[in-house]
Amino acid sequence: MAARVGDVDGAPASPHTFHRNVQRHRPRRHVRVSIYLCAASGAILTPVDIDLAPPPTTTLPSPFAGWFDARGWTPRPHQLALLDKAERGRSALLIAPTGAGKTLAGFLPSLIELATQNRARNAPVREGPHTLYISPLKALAVDIARNLSAPVEEMALPITMETRTGDTPQNRRRRQKENPPDILLTTAEQVALLVSQPDAARFFSELSVIIIDELHSLVTSKRGDLLCLDIARLRTHAPALRTVGLSATVAHPDDLRAWLAPQTSADNPTHADLVVVEGGAKPNVSILASDARVPWAGHMTRWALDDIYRLIGEHGTTLVFVNTRSQAELLFHELWRINEETHPIALHHGSLDRGQRRKVEAAMAENKLKAVVCTSTLDLGIDWGDVDLVIHVGAPKGASRLAQRIGRANHRMDEPSKAILVPSNRFEVMECQAALDASYLGHQDTPAIREGALDVLAQHVLGCAVAAPFDLVALHEEICSAYPYRTLDWETFERVVDFVATGGYSLRAYDRFAKIRRRKDGLWRISHPSYAQQYRLNIGTIVEIPTLSVRLVGKRGGRPTRGGRVLGTIEEYFLNTLTPGDTFLFSGQCLRLEGIRENEALVTKSPNREPKIPYYGGSKFPLTTYLATVVRKMLAAPDTSTLPPQVREWLDLQAERSRLPTEGELLVETFPRGKRHYLVAYPFEGRLAHQTLGMLLTRRLERMRLKPMGYVASDYALAIWGLSDYGAAFDGAERTMHDLFSENLLGDDLDEWLAESILMKRTFRACAEIAQLIERRHPGKEKSGRQVTVSTDLIYDVLRSHEPDHILLRATWSDAATGLLDIRRLSDMLARVRTSIIHQRLSKISPLAVPIMLEIGKEIVIGEASDELYAEAADALIAEAVS
Amino acid sequence: MSNAFGTSAMRAFTLPGQIRQPRPARPRPPARRAFVAGMDALLDPSGALYWPAERTLVVSDLHLETGSSYARQGQMLPPYDSSVTLARLAEVTRHYTPHRIISLGDSFHDPFGAERLLPHDVKTLRGVMEGAEMIWITGNHDHASAARFGGAVFDEFCLAGVTFRHIPTEGSVFEPEVAGHLHPAASGGSGIRRPVFIGCEVRLVMPAFGCLAGGVA
Repeated sequence: MAARVGDVDGAPASPHTFHRNVQRHRPRRHVRVSIYLCAASGAILTPVDIDLAPPPTTTLPSPFAGWFDARGWTPRPHQLALLDKAERGRSALLIAPTGAGKTLAGFLPSLIELATQNRARNAPVREGPHTLYISPLKALAVDIARNLSAPVEEMALPITMETRTGDTPQNRRRRQKENPPDILLTTAEQVALLVSQPDAARFFSELSVIIIDELHSLVTSKRGDLLCLDIARLRTHAPALRTVGLSATVAHPDDLRAWLAPQTSADNPTHADLVVVEGGAKPNVSILASDARVPWAGHMTRWALDDIYRLIGEHGTTLVFVNTRSQAELLFHELWRINEETHPIALHHGSLDRGQRRKVEAAMAENKLKAVVCTSTLDLGIDWGDVDLVIHVGAPKGASRLAQRIGRANHRMDEPSKAILVPSNRFEVMECQAALDASYLGHQDTPAIREGALDVLAQHVLGCAVAAPFDLVALHEEICSAYPYRTLDWETFERVVDFVATGGYSLRAYDRFAKIRRRKDGLWRISHPSYAQQYRLNIGTIVEIPTLSVRLVGKRGGRPTRGGRVLGTIEEYFLNTLTPGDTFLFSGQCLRLEGIRENEALVTKSPNREPKIPYYGGSKFPLTTYLATVVRKMLAAPDTSTLPPQVREWLDLQAERSRLPTEGELLVETFPRGKRHYLVAYPFEGRLAHQTLGMLLTRRLERMRLKPMGYVASDYALAIWGLSDYGAAFDGAERTMHDLFSENLLGDDLDEWLAESILMKRTFRACAEIAQLIERRHPGKEKSGRQVTVSTDLIYDVLRSHEPDHILLRATWSDAATGLLDIRRLSDMLARVRTSIIHQRLSKISPLAVPIMLEIGKEIVIGEASDELYAEAADALIAEAVS
Repeated sequence: MSNAFGTSAMRAFTLPGQIRQPRPARPRPPARRAFVAGMDALLDPSGALYWPAERTLVVSDLHLETGSSYARQGQMLPPYDSSVTLARLAEVTRHYTPHRIISLGDSFHDPFGAERLLPHDVKTLRGVMEGAEMIWITGNHDHASAARFGGAVFDEFCLAGVTFRHIPTEGSVFEPEVAGHLHPAASGGSGIRRPVFIGCEVRLVMPAFGCLAGGVA
């Protein structure tokens, strides 16, 4: 931990310093600290009462005051506010934009308290840490430790701090337990590990604060569930424990406040205090103004390539965000193709080799790069160098997501960040406009907080037994004090415990093998020490999708050579669709698959510039409900002043040829084309919900003997095609569209489909791993001995037919409802449009239907000439719609 | 919240007032006739082989008690796999009414599996063995533990010139041979994997019959 003493007044020697986070000279007027009362249901913060509670008369003790003064700084109001909360022993949530000095604000009270305590202290060794800092990213924990060492060393504070992540070597971990630091910076998984140690009660007895960074991103995942349970446990060990959450702006701050506080009743949540820092300067966001024609459909944004390149040239450093890995690969490839000035442009996404990613990050921090094309991997985390511009290619899919990404530019809160949105098609123009309005109004659409997952609970219960024998009633009470589990009823809890013990099957076959048992003293404990080891190896909630690493090899005599560089990893299911000889884009290169050897895919560089398989899907986020609502509103009453003329013309034409749906309506169009009949619906509920809907509708059409042949879903629309005339079938004589879209769609058909659904099986696998029903594949272990592992798909089949109410199936359903199948959103939509489906029978394709119809074309047309064919198809369809 | 924890999601799947109707049983898919490993045999879609000339039914890798075998080590897999596998076996036995049943090894997932078989599963197994002579081939997982239910135990079994053994011989063979052990499977499009028979005129590798036994591509 090197101190950076020299870089205080001058230009920063490195971007990892605190000093830009601390305000110079005098507090500026527009930085307000206010306590907000939040409208319980409103998505927007409404300032009710500005309470400069208690006006920061709190001053810094020495040597802190001197340290601030020496640099001509004044502590910011929110930093003092948190100090005040700490003195009164209160937990708090700090909501602040990036660059507001959030982290220092969180740590300052601990530093002050520790400095006084440690000076007065005789015994040099403590039982355990005073402050626990938890970050969602390993790298962030390390980075914060580095930043924090500057004030500590400059003031010569008698404070020790260390990081502990998955990468920390065993000997250092042991030392941390024997001689614990004052401040421990770590991750959620490590906390779970520490809590499961037999001496956890002693180790955490001196714990006084937990600081949770990027809380908004944690609470929406199972990691958040696990952490909340662990915090509840820590409160048992250290009753005076206080929590501090650091978060970006969110839609429902009350949920986060409750998450931080111990709950006593299911209905009246207790809340931590709230400190809000008003955003600094409003970001300067715009939609790319270009002379080029915005295409009707597509996701590749080739049309704006020259403009993007020009913008990169004009700015110092640019972050180019895209939504999927494939888009990142393609854009990077295309940019280099036209990169005549050889700007240093790099690529960063989750599948790339870790070493390569670190290299890009380092080069970025040293300001060596002109641009980085990246995915959500750079949404969070480390303070970058000076980013002048954020370009968002493709629609942002969520207002808060956009705000987070814009925040990556210019980590100084008083200067406006600059961002430019580049929509890839005309629907996305509307979505970008909606996101832009939201950014202007400061609206947020972060997802609602989760109901705690049962598979995570199962893991935690086992962890508790591993640490020490527990009493069932006391444990239930403790778990209910964690906000996500506040409504956990006793019966479900008992079933989870039973699941941990014997699998929870009604056929009591495994009682004699029970993993945890109730002993004579009434306490539950593990029945064999080996289960503790097993538990620790399988801890955590991040489930890896099976991947293979991609190794670049040479070729000799037609056979791939050994050795070569690892480029990254690719999902196994994508590679299964390839055959040797196929070419694809990865790591910015066009690669040829040579074969698969053990856990590696061997590839060579392809002389071709055009890959045969155009892209492979990475993760893709569906459109948020909030943006969908705004887009629907925009469609209902197109604002002529904001939308570009091309898009306006398109909508006018739609109004003339068919209809623009009003806000509450679901528009369904039917028309013939070629020898087929099409049915296109526009629910705007996101791709996942549309896929589920498409599957359910085609099943129902099949049962009505209406011969559906296929369907395709986008974020905005769903198209089904087949051989029967859907216009005539639903003209109202026999049935109407309301019959097709009725709510009982979610009954038997869904049940039956789920039995076979691959998505459902994948969800089940994740739950089974988290609940530790099956062991994870450990790196290195899967290689040794090709032991036949039992496939979770088969377990799922057996469980579904014999114990449909099993606790693990419940957990799976709960995940599927909000996750890959998005059923909750679908059922909300079906309920909403119950009486307002508008069926338009058309004689030919409508302008609004062109984009989704092109998606159908894309699935059929593959191969080298796809680009030209695609353009041709697009022109033909547009001509048809316009004629 | 009035409803039980976690059930709000389930409501989306099964709406109130609906009762799940039992589906009508599907017709039995037909077996394929093929000349493999010196036998004019019927390859049943369940993964069993029937040799009409000898009235012999061959199944491989039942892996009974897989669930409890894992449970012993702390992984509580569903305890229903033996019932499912044995019910399948009973069904093919009823269909072909063989005089002889050969289980090609790995009938149990581990050497103690036979002791753990639950009473109602033992009953099913005895029912299967009632009308037929049972031949247990020893496998690498179970050794000879299945003998406690009756029937004969062999390392290898020869019938009308065809050798039945658990682990296939390495290299080429010249005498007809039927083996198991490898759990062959193939994946079709869209990620669906199914166990398959792999063989030619001289030799055959049987798919695993056990419901949790899975397959290796």
